[in-house]
Amino acid sequence: MAQEITLGQLRNWLILYADRVIAKEEELTRLDAAIGDADHGVNMRRGMEKVRERLQDPNNPCPDISALFRTVAMTLISAVGGAAGPLYGTFFLRAATSPNDGTHVDLAQLARMLRFGLDGLKQRGKAHIDDKTMVDAIQPAVEAMEAALASGQSLAVALAVAQQAARLGMEHTIDIRANKGRASYLGDRSIGHQDPGATSAYWLFETAAIVLGSPASPSNTG
Amino acid sequence: MIGLVFVSHSRLIAEGVCRLAQQMSGDDVQMAPAGGMAEDETLLGTDAMYIMAAIESVWSDDGVLILVDMGSAVMNAEIALEFLPGEKRNRCTISNAPLVEGAIVAAVHAGLGDTLHDVNVAAEAVLNARKIVRAK
Repeated sequence: MAQEITLGQLRNWLILYADRVIAKEEELTRLDAAIGDADHGVNMRRGMEKVRERLQDPNNPCPDISALFRTVAMTLISAVGGAAGPLYGTFFLRAATSPNDGTHVDLAQLARMLRFGLDGLKQRGKAHIDDKTMVDAIQPAVEAMEAALASGQSLAVALAVAQQAARLGMEHTIDIRANKGRASYLGDRSIGHQDPGATSAYWLFETAAIVLGSPASPSNTG
Repeated sequence: MIGLVFVSHSRLIAEGVCRLAQQMSGDDVQMAPAGGMAEDETLLGTDAMYIMAAIESVWSDDGVLILVDMGSAVMNAEIALEFLPGEKRNRCTISNAPLVEGAIVAAVHAGLGDTLHDVNVAAEAVLNARKIVRAK
């Protein structure tokens, strides 16, 4: 039987991601100050604080995976004023519409969810690979996960290669010129700086490998 | 008569544009600002739910033209439209016009009773208007 990820693990992943973003607010601010309007750190921190609060509310649990992703999406859309709100919001909103078993997903379903999210994100932001955006971290990660799935790799391996691909994609944004967002106003002067959106997107896959790549423990079987 | 919504990262900009536009059209045209974040007026940014509420507040079956500044204003206006029921969504247009000049032109044409399409065409034509002609 295929290895499965539980609703509880997905929730723990998103909470760990929120923790990561909140702890690294200053890093995002520093990256965005170099090429943008310096709002990515504070916007993401504010949004992820709300996400964490909502997901940890014992009186209001998300009953299934689609509800979990929709809740994260709506929280980000309402709380994040910059581009990250509609972009991450659309990513999770579309992921929520991907077929799943309600409280479990296998690797194929997870990869499909992330693919749905990526397609929605690209549609919303009109961004492509090498535009120096979140897409540069997320698209290689989704493709690596799909390739791992196709070659019959385990869940843990698929998550590890996705993380690695996201990291390389994030680092690649240092070498390229921004074609989207405020950084595009800088033209060639945006080269040499890592994209803040690709950075926060990388953490999504870094925390996924940590939380979803290890077997569900009794406390997080959701 | 169509309604107008002005979306900016700044509440002050959206409200200022709304006042300027109202001066052009009088009280006949329904218009609403959706600048900044609904929950905290000190925050810069755009807010899809706030934009949706603004659209509802100026709604008529003739439709609503939404003028935006940039970046997340465009994306959050798109999300606001996705959350509207389909029959309303089809009667909303996000304009490619510049916010300030577009708002003024749109207010004039809306006040004359032009259709949503015609008001937007007039507002977007502002993109070709030069403010300064430099000597060669």
